[in-house]
Amino acid sequence: MIGAASGGNGSGPAAPEPRPGDPEITPELVADHGLTPEEYNKIVGHLGRTPTFTELGVFSAMWSEHCGYKNSKRLLRLLPTEAPWVIQGPGENAGVIDIGDGYALAFKIESHNHPSAVEPYQGAATGIGGILRDVFTMGARPVAVLDSLHFGDLDSSRVRYLFDGVVRGAGDYGNCVGIPNLGGEAYFDRGYEGNPIINVMCLGIMKREQLIRGEAHGDGNTLMAVGARTGRDGIHGATFASEELGEDSDASRPQVQVGDPFTEKLLLEASLELIRSGHIVGIQDMGAAGITSSASEMAGRSGSGVVIDTALVPVREPGMTPYEILLSESQERMMVVVHRGREEEVRQILAKWELEAAEVGQVTSDGRFRILEDGRPVADIPALPLTEGCPTYEREGIEGEEVRAQREMDLTPYAGGDGDRTADFLRLLASPNLASRRWIHDQYDTTVRTASVIQPGGDAGVLRVRGTRRGIAVTTDCSGRYTYLEPGTGARIAVAEAARNLACAGALPMAVTNNLNFGNPLKPHIYYQLREAVLGMVEACALFETPVTGGNVSLYNETSGTPIYPTPVIGMVGIIEDLERVTRHAFRDEGDAIVLLGRNTDELGASEYLYAMHDIVGGRPPRVDLLAERVLQQALLAMIGEGLLRSAHDCSEGGLACALAESALQEGEDPVGIRVRLADPLPSTALFFGEAQGRAVVSCDPANLERARRLADRYGVPCTKIGTVGAIGGSFIVESADARIEADIREVGAVYFGALPERMDAQ
Amino acid sequence: MRAVVVTFPGSNCDYDCLQVLRKVMGVDTRFIWHRERDLGDPDLVVLPGGFSYGDYLRAGAIARFSPIVEAVKRYAGRGGIVLGICNGFQILCEAGLLPGALRRNNSLKFRSHDVHVRVETKDTAFTRAYRAGQVLRIPIAHAEGNYIADPATLERLEAEGRVVFRYTTREGARGEGGNPNGSANDIAGIVNAAGNVLGLMPHPERAAEGVLGSTDGLGMFESLVAHCARARVA
Repeated sequence: MIGAASGGNGSGPAAPEPRPGDPEITPELVADHGLTPEEYNKIVGHLGRTPTFTELGVFSAMWSEHCGYKNSKRLLRLLPTEAPWVIQGPGENAGVIDIGDGYALAFKIESHNHPSAVEPYQGAATGIGGILRDVFTMGARPVAVLDSLHFGDLDSSRVRYLFDGVVRGAGDYGNCVGIPNLGGEAYFDRGYEGNPIINVMCLGIMKREQLIRGEAHGDGNTLMAVGARTGRDGIHGATFASEELGEDSDASRPQVQVGDPFTEKLLLEASLELIRSGHIVGIQDMGAAGITSSASEMAGRSGSGVVIDTALVPVREPGMTPYEILLSESQERMMVVVHRGREEEVRQILAKWELEAAEVGQVTSDGRFRILEDGRPVADIPALPLTEGCPTYEREGIEGEEVRAQREMDLTPYAGGDGDRTADFLRLLASPNLASRRWIHDQYDTTVRTASVIQPGGDAGVLRVRGTRRGIAVTTDCSGRYTYLEPGTGARIAVAEAARNLACAGALPMAVTNNLNFGNPLKPHIYYQLREAVLGMVEACALFETPVTGGNVSLYNETSGTPIYPTPVIGMVGIIEDLERVTRHAFRDEGDAIVLLGRNTDELGASEYLYAMHDIVGGRPPRVDLLAERVLQQALLAMIGEGLLRSAHDCSEGGLACALAESALQEGEDPVGIRVRLADPLPSTALFFGEAQGRAVVSCDPANLERARRLADRYGVPCTKIGTVGAIGGSFIVESADARIEADIREVGAVYFGALPERMDAQ
Repeated sequence: MRAVVVTFPGSNCDYDCLQVLRKVMGVDTRFIWHRERDLGDPDLVVLPGGFSYGDYLRAGAIARFSPIVEAVKRYAGRGGIVLGICNGFQILCEAGLLPGALRRNNSLKFRSHDVHVRVETKDTAFTRAYRAGQVLRIPIAHAEGNYIADPATLERLEAEGRVVFRYTTREGARGEGGNPNGSANDIAGIVNAAGNVLGLMPHPERAAEGVLGSTDGLGMFESLVAHCARARVA
């Protein structure tokens, strides 16, 4: 029995001693492990002695930003996390909500920024792998993935290399496992030049009673390592992810793991079969910080302890030290807690799926995280301080001077524009931020599992829930330029836009998973961004009643001292009560009325227009009135619920002109002309291309227009008929009192669908 | 009518095929694990899409050594109906039940979107519910769907009317624009000489329910159900 020999003569386990060849613990070594002298002293306090090299490695990983949330935890505590429909909030592998009819939805978002910056293909692939495991270890079958991608300007060949690699990596992995991609976003701005943001989200569905948690309880139960063998890849990935990137980061490539989607698929099927079998107590992915985090977190959640012998862990190569085995981030591995005596049954299930399982340790009741090497103690740490004791900090936060100047810059020179608005429009539409994403999602399987009702390219992805009338809608959103120029406003907009996207599909927003991507929090202007963004998110999520059920924090996103834009990505899920009512973004029938919900404003700040046409990142992001957003969502849902709308589309980046174009151009369908006349007494630049919040473009049968108007009035939402859907292949006409956009819709379509392929394939 | 859907390690459309046969068509359908050696006595065997054995080495190249494939060969030899979709088509070619091979798409990219295929012959167990020349809108999702065979084989396939589905434009025209992967002669699906084994790259099971946007794939399952009913009577 593992660990039984370590008891001695009733004097408790012997204290671990340094292994031959272990480096001496010096202040330099401590600093290399990303720990401050104060943190080191805390570790010595918890242990009552100097840590061994192995113990130092374990603490370093668990007290890294990635695992310990040391600079974000105090802010994250402010987020609303509860609602009657929330079954599992933050702290587990994934959040879970009730979706009715006895079903539950597990979902989570996670970043793979650092690995993708040095090895885009494997970085993105293993990002998908990790988030799938987070969801299926809750007992849910993964049913969709989304990817939120932020890159530098596509003019850079390095950025094109990263973008291409990330899309191929995410695609190859998800396609092979057979999980449809349901959308996401791709955003390009020089603010992400050296450090792309790769966030991936996964959704899974289960029967409520199939929920299982990552817990290790039951003294004497067996720990089994399942799946791939442990190798030397990804050692200290968690610590790597908690540092800035530098000139020499390419040398970190060995810290990037390599993915094997085939093994993942087997692991997925085997895990679900194991969970349903009743032979196991708990299961967890060996993700960041590998065996260390999975075993200690499972023990920490249940208040138990664990003992593991590293000599029993199947490895890829001989000679691996306990330090390496504990901190390896080799992919496609799980830690499973098995009811004692059922090991053979577990082994048989795994053998069917051609997977290995090894007994590596046991659950104990002593509350300690103990590691042996062939029976000899090499680490003995109290579990709770390891998982919960990571020191947390509130840092100083002051807005950067440079940003304030950019925000307050005078935009008057750019607000005019009496030239050829049609040419401006077509140039804007060709911006990688506005053009069709078909180049991306054509590389992703979007229809496997035969549940995709709305595929990528619309406002939200929509899935059916088999055996019910319901659908699930999902979206990810964050415009980095807004959050850069005014973090609180940007975060509120990200939440509001996500909710608007869901409402446009006919879904009631239910819950959020968030991914906070920021620079180095020790810098006051970065901590300011983090604090303001979280506070904005707190306000919006509370008002929309969309609690945050979990997520991920990725800090130190800097290259050679230059931070990314603060990027708090929102992944939001909603429920469509009756899929008969699901609504798409595209106009349908000639003669339908085109209606604007919400109000046009004279705002141009932080817009794609300024960036694409004048190369300016500046001005104040559009104002966002959260109450107005809420009633807009309610009005949309009421109109859709009464069957009044033929289409509904969020109006955001690129402004009204681009939103209209998107509704006229549905992928795979004939494009339709439109004729729109805007009466607002506003300069045409802001009117056509400004990004005022709280707006949606809808269309309806003219016979339903009055009813739609009355409903909008009841909610106090401005509702204006602005035009009419024209014929297939007709003209795209948008005019104001003093300006006009007019083009053949097929020409508009050629620009819209052609822009990304031209950038990416014509090299 | 009874159908079996073979699950290889890495199959990922097995469940979709089972659902369509069972829930939409009401056919008694079960999975059969690739290590089994006996198919039972089904009226239809489906080799579903996915990435059997991770498509390592070459799509379908390892799966063809699975024990069940021997049983499928015997079953096909007796005239049993076999449908291979996507990875299933690749396995049928690797196993020698269909001629030719499927190479990397000419774009060298995975391609996932709706395509249009024209029904070239309705005179098969798989297509009688369609009109000859009917254009179907069905999704593809593959990296290796670029059909190739030597000129003599292609000529024979054409002469014997064994090209069952061909990529076209929405209007049913051949040529540039319709073919998503570079397949020879715009071939999307073929049948063996005896007419009982069909492989195709598009996914009819993903276009068999209105809620998913197209029901153009349904005709294949309707054809099969009708065929099997007749075969049982006869």
